[in-house]
Amino acid sequence: MYLRDAPGTHPPLDSPAYKSTALRHPSQRPVLLPQKLTEITGPLLGEGRLGPNDNDLTAHHAGEPQGQRIIVHGRLLDDNGIPVSNSLVEIWQANAGGRYKHVRDRWPSPVDPYFDGVGRTLTDAEGRYTFTTIKPGAYPWQNHDNAWRPAHIHFSVFGRSFTQRLVTQMYFPDDPLFGQDPIFNSVPDPAARARMISSFDMSRTVANWALAYSFDIVLRGRDATPFEEEVDDE
Amino acid sequence: MTTPSQTVGPFLSIGLPWPDGPTVVPEGTPGAIRIVGTVYDGAGQPVPDALIETWQADPDGHFDHPDDPSGPLRKDFRAFGRCPTEPDGSYWILTLPPGAIPGQAPHIDVSVFARGLLNRVVTRIYLADDPADPVLASVDPARRHTLIAQPTEDGYRFDIRLQGENETVFFDL
Repeated sequence: MYLRDAPGTHPPLDSPAYKSTALRHPSQRPVLLPQKLTEITGPLLGEGRLGPNDNDLTAHHAGEPQGQRIIVHGRLLDDNGIPVSNSLVEIWQANAGGRYKHVRDRWPSPVDPYFDGVGRTLTDAEGRYTFTTIKPGAYPWQNHDNAWRPAHIHFSVFGRSFTQRLVTQMYFPDDPLFGQDPIFNSVPDPAARARMISSFDMSRTVANWALAYSFDIVLRGRDATPFEEEVDDE
Repeated sequence: MTTPSQTVGPFLSIGLPWPDGPTVVPEGTPGAIRIVGTVYDGAGQPVPDALIETWQADPDGHFDHPDDPSGPLRKDFRAFGRCPTEPDGSYWILTLPPGAIPGQAPHIDVSVFARGLLNRVVTRIYLADDPADPVLASVDPARRHTLIAQPTEDGYRFDIRLQGENETVFFDL
């Protein structure tokens, strides 16, 4: 059984400031689903899903992409501090100029032929992951007058169970665009909002090569009541 | 404290789809069923930038997971499916029918992600109505039909209505 997230952690699906929620949020109250076998299990996706250099987004083409090279690293944990090991982490993002390599992204900032903006990796035994990528740029969108999304990287993680599945966005420290972004601000609790902001990490910068940011992702933890199958008799 | 959810945004299709995502079992697997459906918004318009994920037991009711010690697993059965919606809002999954698990009728858990959804919504596909299923029984009888897939020639249809008339029942985990 996985414990519920604290109130104010997740955005309400009906968040009027983010206009696209208007016709897409369910209007009926959700029905409580007890956590049974289908919910406490989930896909454990491993090496088969990875290609060479999948965690180095700067190495997918013959040439180097434009922009600030960065290392993004962190840990995937549950709320009890237990690392989620050997677990798939998927990311996607805009290029240095804030342009996604997507047919429907048409704003006048150039596509970078050397940057796809897609990566994946597996966490290690301690739940650690590392990507090498380019710091994404901010970009305009049509939500409100002169709306800009703060720079962000999309993260998708599975954890160990259907219940723990999470897709989020990692932001960068001190972004002046936070104040006007309805997606970032859709998270009601300011402390929870802050957990989506990475930290600049001098210790992981690489001299003459890359800056570094650290971002831990915390998923719902299990009820402290031990499960029988967790008893590991050697 | 846990990390908040955020929307997948409009460009999820560069990052999340896999070439083999919709095939929980390989094409041509005996007994495979094709589940097709369309995701609609509150205006009845198809949602072209959504992603469907499915998770289910194999036909014997087993999960490929250490927390299910129940028995041997099928080969070539990933249990997990993933399909982005097309411009017409449609998705498909090729899988084997799930088996019953203790105390519950056969079902497939479904996550729906989309631009405009700040968190996933969760629903269930049942291949048949079963009044004895405790989850179905907990749902308003007038809305229960939204959880029951409709048989087709080679499988089932399961449309998802995010809002409005015949809104799909969504669950809180």
